[in-house]
Amino acid sequence: MNSKYVEMNAVRKEFRFFRLEDVTLELEPGQIMGFVGPNGAGKSTTLRLLMGLIEADAGNVRVLGHEMPRAQRIAKRDIGFVTDDMQLFPHATLDWHMRFAASVYPRWDERYATALVDRFGLRRAQLVKGLSHGERVKAVLLLALARRPRLLVLDEPTAGLDPVARHEVLHELTEVMLDEDRAIIFSSHNTVDVERISDRITFIDRGRIVESSDKETFLERWRRLQLQMRPDASLPELSQVVECKVNGQLATLTTNHFTPELADRLRDAGASILEIQRMSLEEIFVANVMHHRKVRAQ
Amino acid sequence: MHSGIQLSQTDARPMYLQIMEQIRRRIALGDWPPGREIPSIRALAAELRISVITVKRAYEELESEGVIVTRHGKGSCVADKVALSTDLQEAELEEHLVAAANIARMLQLSEDELIARLRRARRNLPKK
Repeated sequence: MNSKYVEMNAVRKEFRFFRLEDVTLELEPGQIMGFVGPNGAGKSTTLRLLMGLIEADAGNVRVLGHEMPRAQRIAKRDIGFVTDDMQLFPHATLDWHMRFAASVYPRWDERYATALVDRFGLRRAQLVKGLSHGERVKAVLLLALARRPRLLVLDEPTAGLDPVARHEVLHELTEVMLDEDRAIIFSSHNTVDVERISDRITFIDRGRIVESSDKETFLERWRRLQLQMRPDASLPELSQVVECKVNGQLATLTTNHFTPELADRLRDAGASILEIQRMSLEEIFVANVMHHRKVRAQ
Repeated sequence: MHSGIQLSQTDARPMYLQIMEQIRRRIALGDWPPGREIPSIRALAAELRISVITVKRAYEELESEGVIVTRHGKGSCVADKVALSTDLQEAELEEHLVAAANIARMLQLSEDELIARLRRARRNLPKK
């Protein structure tokens, strides 16, 4: 019995100008994964591989225990996929779309759908072509949520939403997690949203996974240290230091593996530690990507 | 069950610490008496619109401090004996003193100057 909802193992996919390489990902039930990367990093390609919309050149993809893309028809009964280019029929109403979804998906929850129309401030009788961008995003999300799929795959669900709409969407996503048999993977470059609601975080850059870990581990391991150096002192080479900027007697050091022993070693080397700062997910993301680009260039 | 817990985005402390502090405060004030059931991890995460892992971490740390007890499959409740209001304030005082000592060193204040400043701050407190 396989309990993982998403398993990607050493996946490779080549395009003419872009290559996704060695992508390995895992998601367990009861978790939200935030998938973060700069534009063009390969987020959408990865999600499309996961949905079986494109086939990997190498490696394997399993979703809800089904091999993709071979078993995509069965797997997709229990997956809700939301992307920006999702087409709704412009000349049909939201109500028409809801009745259509209800006829296709046996687990469609009409009461929940009705509640969502209300909570999202939508109108059933309105034609899709009259919806604003935010309303359209919420309509697509509603259609996916009311099916109550075990896995939600969301490509940039909060992009272009105003703060109120973003808040509504994040609320519904965290509400889904009341059920520990469900899981969500969503891509975003809004690190504030990701930091808030994700249990696991995966960074991707230039077609490769930079790091994947649970959120608390990320936030605990990364620290920025403000040091004051004795004039004769110099800092030792430490593997857990990803960046060090020295300015006169002051140094700012970024570490991806903070431990009390690291602080001791710095003190032994003649530095006094003025401050140890936590980093936001955004700061960790940028430092991490920059560090990996440097390492890969070497 | 609504917890009444509020997280602040401008608070520089991580969210799990904010949750721990607010739960401790509720217990210290007597709003949450010993033995009282507290929201489940998933319910609190949904209410606060944050990840399950963050609430889990707060609960695990509160449990290791002996503030709450988690029974498998039955959720969590306030521990029978919690001696926390003084512990909590002690820890907070210690934290502020260390921070003050640190800043004083950066400002190159002598020990006497720092103590004099502390005395002055005490004198300037509003009368009870």
